[in-house]
Amino acid sequence: MFVELNNLLNTTPDRAEQGKLTLLCDAKTDGSFLVHHFLSFYLKANCKVCFVALIQSFSHYSIVGQKLGVSLTMARERGQLVFLEGLKSAVDVVFQAQKEPQPLQFLREANAGNLKPLFEFVREALKPVDSGEARWTYPVLLVDDLSVLLSLGMGAVAVLDFIHYCRATVCWELKGNMVVLVHDSGDAEDEENDILLNGLSHQSHLILRAEGLATGFCRDVHGQLRILWRRPSQSTAQRDQSFTYQYKIQDKSVSFFAKGMSPAVL
Amino acid sequence: MAAVATCDSVAGSTGSAVATASKRNVTSFQKRGPRASGTNDSGPRLVSIAGTRPSVRNGQLLVSTGLPALDQLLGGGLAVGTVLLIEEDKYNIYSPLLFKYFLAEGIVNGHTLLVASAKEDPANILQELPAPLLDDKCKKEFDEDVYNHKTPESNIKMKIAWRYQLLPKMEQIGPVSSSRFGHYYDASKRMPQELIEASNWHGFFLPEKISSTLKVEPCSLTPGYTKLLQFIQNIIYEEGFDGSNPQKKQRNILRIGIQNLGSPLWGDDICCAENGGNSHSLTKFLYVLRGLLRTSLSACIITMPTHLIQNKAIIARVTNLSDIVVGLESFIGSERETNPLYKDYHGLIHIRQIPRLNNLICDESDVKDLAFKLKRKLFTIECITKLRSYGLRSQKYFLSRHLQRKFSIKKNPYFKEPHTLKKIY
Repeated sequence: MFVELNNLLNTTPDRAEQGKLTLLCDAKTDGSFLVHHFLSFYLKANCKVCFVALIQSFSHYSIVGQKLGVSLTMARERGQLVFLEGLKSAVDVVFQAQKEPQPLQFLREANAGNLKPLFEFVREALKPVDSGEARWTYPVLLVDDLSVLLSLGMGAVAVLDFIHYCRATVCWELKGNMVVLVHDSGDAEDEENDILLNGLSHQSHLILRAEGLATGFCRDVHGQLRILWRRPSQSTAQRDQSFTYQYKIQDKSVSFFAKGMSPAVL
Repeated sequence: MAAVATCDSVAGSTGSAVATASKRNVTSFQKRGPRASGTNDSGPRLVSIAGTRPSVRNGQLLVSTGLPALDQLLGGGLAVGTVLLIEEDKYNIYSPLLFKYFLAEGIVNGHTLLVASAKEDPANILQELPAPLLDDKCKKEFDEDVYNHKTPESNIKMKIAWRYQLLPKMEQIGPVSSSRFGHYYDASKRMPQELIEASNWHGFFLPEKISSTLKVEPCSLTPGYTKLLQFIQNIIYEEGFDGSNPQKKQRNILRIGIQNLGSPLWGDDICCAENGGNSHSLTKFLYVLRGLLRTSLSACIITMPTHLIQNKAIIARVTNLSDIVVGLESFIGSERETNPLYKDYHGLIHIRQIPRLNNLICDESDVKDLAFKLKRKLFTIECITKLRSYGLRSQKYFLSRHLQRKFSIKKNPYFKEPHTLKKIY
């Protein structure tokens, strides 16, 4: 986890809020550093994490996790981390007929189905084990990333249904957290993606939006991060808070600074 | 060069969870394996595969794209297990060149090739590969090697490269001597026939395969894509590139080349209609292909006519599902052909995306205006500086003429007094 980002978000692994949905969004840049941050954050907070990794392999997250101070293999062995490797699962589903329903079963179907098997997988992974002592603080669901489900033939409504079911189970019933990543296609006019992004923006408590700089590529400032706190359930007499910072990603950390205050410029 | 992770203790245990777990907990002082280290392979894998080298940044295994200039722009090369997507130029003149350079590099390094096309027979594509430019020392060893490959049983004593006689014959797959990473090719000559015949390649020509009765798993992809995926998966499994086949211990790279993916010849209609019935076929194909590549020792190049795709959202999705995306824009037929700024070049090359693999950052090059030109022999990529001010140029012209006048005063008796700089400026 990035300590500077924790300071900006005003959280630490010990006293994070529960029952929240965080939306990560990236436009014209790569927002995957936020996923690595939250993964290591919740593993350090001793939560039970279910990670639906659809876009990269396990070793990718594991190697970056080691740089950030968590070991994903150890977490997986002790049962703290349940990792669904989407790429491997997709290859198994497409090339061999499986007997029991797989989480990515929809890849075999011709018309757009629903994500019920995936939801069953998540529910199974995060259900509290009745072993007496409470080993983990609260469950967390991480999804990287939801736009891939649209590319695989799911409709935006099916994905929103899936998130709704997950929210009801993870955030409300189990008092856990959810973090999802969605790409913002910008001017590519991806209607399904826009529906998904807008729908999720209205449901989430915290939106982190990583954008590329409007002026183009810069070696010292990799992008801009917008943080928006929302209160979706309460009637908002107060305004939602929003902050903007610029960031530069380094080998093991990310440094944040106010707009225009990059160390390279000063 | 052959620095290897010191996992000797786990060399004996194949496929045990403990082995893979302890292999993961490598300290930062050991070189990391390729991303396919999740498979059950015994012993230390890596860098002794011909034609590969570890990345400087994180030790990942890289292969050359066939163009050393492009390798440099991509941060050293193409990572094993990833896809290089080339967005074709408008008339498809230069993208086949990059495709052929990739395949030619595979032949020179002795990698296995898999060529898939819906338009041309892969055998014809291989006949048109450019010839490698070798210096004389390499050439002599090439000839020796090829000679030995042709007559494996004879015990003809080698006079010059006699050390090769001591190597066991099994190990020699292809030219052993060309251990350089990235070669130059002569686009005006063809690859020698012996090299092509000595290489191990598989071809997928869609019109032939679509009528055959391969068992097709039900899937919602277009039949062409389904057949291609099965073919690729077959080769990967049969030849052991993913380490799962217990009989085959493969230590070579599979180079996959797919030409014109997404064009109507593959049965896909994304280039014809905006909201066709198969709008998810291509993205599903790319996703499953990514899954196959990530767990095997292979690298893939795909050329795609993105300028023909009607629905722009699909291009964005395809970009997200590929690792490296390079776009070619040729000047033929555009207004830039007559622009004096571009008169030395044939087109622009855009590096649209570079992946961040096993890392938070990537090796993005600072240079963003790149142009390419195809000279008679070589394909070069250069940076064009757009900061030419014509005023400065004319000042220089004045200056040189002025100096000519000043110092050639003996030759030209017409100028009686030298004009100094102060007077003119």
